[in-house]
Amino acid sequence: MKLRKVTAVSAAVFALALSATACGGDDSKDSDSGSSGGGKIKVGIKFDQPGLGLKQPDGSFAGFDVDVATYVAKQLGYKPDQIEFVETKSADRENALARGDVKFIAATYSINDERKQKVDFAGPYLLAHQDLLVKKDSDITKATDLNGKKLCSVTGSTSAQNIHDKIAPKAQLKEYSGYSECIAALQSGAVDAVTTDDSILAGFAAQDKYKGQFKLAGLKLSNENYGVGVKKGDTATVNKINAALEKMVSDGAWQKAVDTNFGPANYKSEPAPKIGNIVP
Amino acid sequence: MFDFLDGYDVLGAFWMTVKLTALSALGSLVWGTLLAAMRVSPVPLLRGFGTAYVNIVRNIPLTVIIVFSSLGLADIFGVTMGAADDFKVQGFRLAVLGLVGYTSAFVCEAVRSGINTVPVGQAEAARAIGLSFSQVLRLIILPQAFRAVIGPLANVLIALTKNTTVAAAIGVAEAATLMKKMIENEAQTLAIGAVFAFGFVVLTLPTGLLLGWLSKRLAVKR
Repeated sequence: MKLRKVTAVSAAVFALALSATACGGDDSKDSDSGSSGGGKIKVGIKFDQPGLGLKQPDGSFAGFDVDVATYVAKQLGYKPDQIEFVETKSADRENALARGDVKFIAATYSINDERKQKVDFAGPYLLAHQDLLVKKDSDITKATDLNGKKLCSVTGSTSAQNIHDKIAPKAQLKEYSGYSECIAALQSGAVDAVTTDDSILAGFAAQDKYKGQFKLAGLKLSNENYGVGVKKGDTATVNKINAALEKMVSDGAWQKAVDTNFGPANYKSEPAPKIGNIVP
Repeated sequence: MFDFLDGYDVLGAFWMTVKLTALSALGSLVWGTLLAAMRVSPVPLLRGFGTAYVNIVRNIPLTVIIVFSSLGLADIFGVTMGAADDFKVQGFRLAVLGLVGYTSAFVCEAVRSGINTVPVGQAEAARAIGLSFSQVLRLIILPQAFRAVIGPLANVLIALTKNTTVAAAIGVAEAATLMKKMIENEAQTLAIGAVFAFGFVVLTLPTGLLLGWLSKRLAVKR
């Protein structure tokens, strides 16, 4: 008797959950179908990378990726208040696009062959390099200086793997789940350098609380071509975004976005990349 | 179909998970039993310490504890666990430290519940024949208590096995770390996720079955 009651209750809960998700599905469909008219557009960015994509305490968003996304959305016909930013962490970028959760992703998304099989890329819109962030008075100036040094990077990231496999196999590598932890370790002197894309590092170094403490070593250890991720096969959107990116460079908005977001860290960005020109 | 596994040491990563689990289980069994002994001891100071430890530690998220053991203890206070020059060993030891600190709170509560299953008369009888507190605990109470809590301890062990994935936050090369790396490189979230989920089922299911069987066999029939 008791068992039957439990089954009945759980069945009811299950049914409720199902209908709830069904409602959710309807809602998203509504906003999707409206998106061609005056509805909203969902854009994937990162929420935790200062200078690129950062959710600020007041709920607004700032960073280079955000500026690019806003500009592109404007060219697609959406006003800034029609853009809904969605957090797309590295691990679920492909799925978010495949499911249609977001229209496009501008989130330090490096173009590579494995990813190109799952999604289409517009751009690239920025050429970044793997680099080191070191203390202001550090004596690391070239890649060979790294052997025997202590580095920090994010668990499983491409940058961490590069250090292990190619650049400095003898370097000690500490891995944390986020770059903020690495910056803290660098500040306390537990590691000698933090490594990832120079654009990300510049964003951290430009934060008010770290201003003047760190510098970029400028080693250019790899080429990262940031592209705008679009659902596989959606060529029309790719072409529209490419046109928008070209316009952004030609009317000076691109350079302005670079200056405002990376300027305080003395980050010398590469000139704007040409659409479709991927630096290997 | 599984060609995305090529070039990755999946077994090695799970071996690291097993090592983390085994060492942490051993450590937390010892420390947890000691905490349980403190919580039932006649000394108010020890009782207070045990209660405070358990109630504070089990209410802190494990991620916070593990990250603190690396970021706080190692990076800021310089506690390097005897491996200042090797971040891999250091990370592993710090992860075990964090897992032991956290899991022992749950072991303690499981053991204490086992102590409550032993009739008060037994402790009184043991005291009456002149045994000291530690003798009562060692000879009379704990042997019966442990046989009663094999089931609950199995739950703690299974939770611990899964909790080892939190060590990925400080870069210990266990299963979840490799999973992150593979997802970063291969862009196949679902297939890779399924492989690692299956790996954890393989680790935890036999543990549960074996210890469940043992707990039935060894339970003290009253």
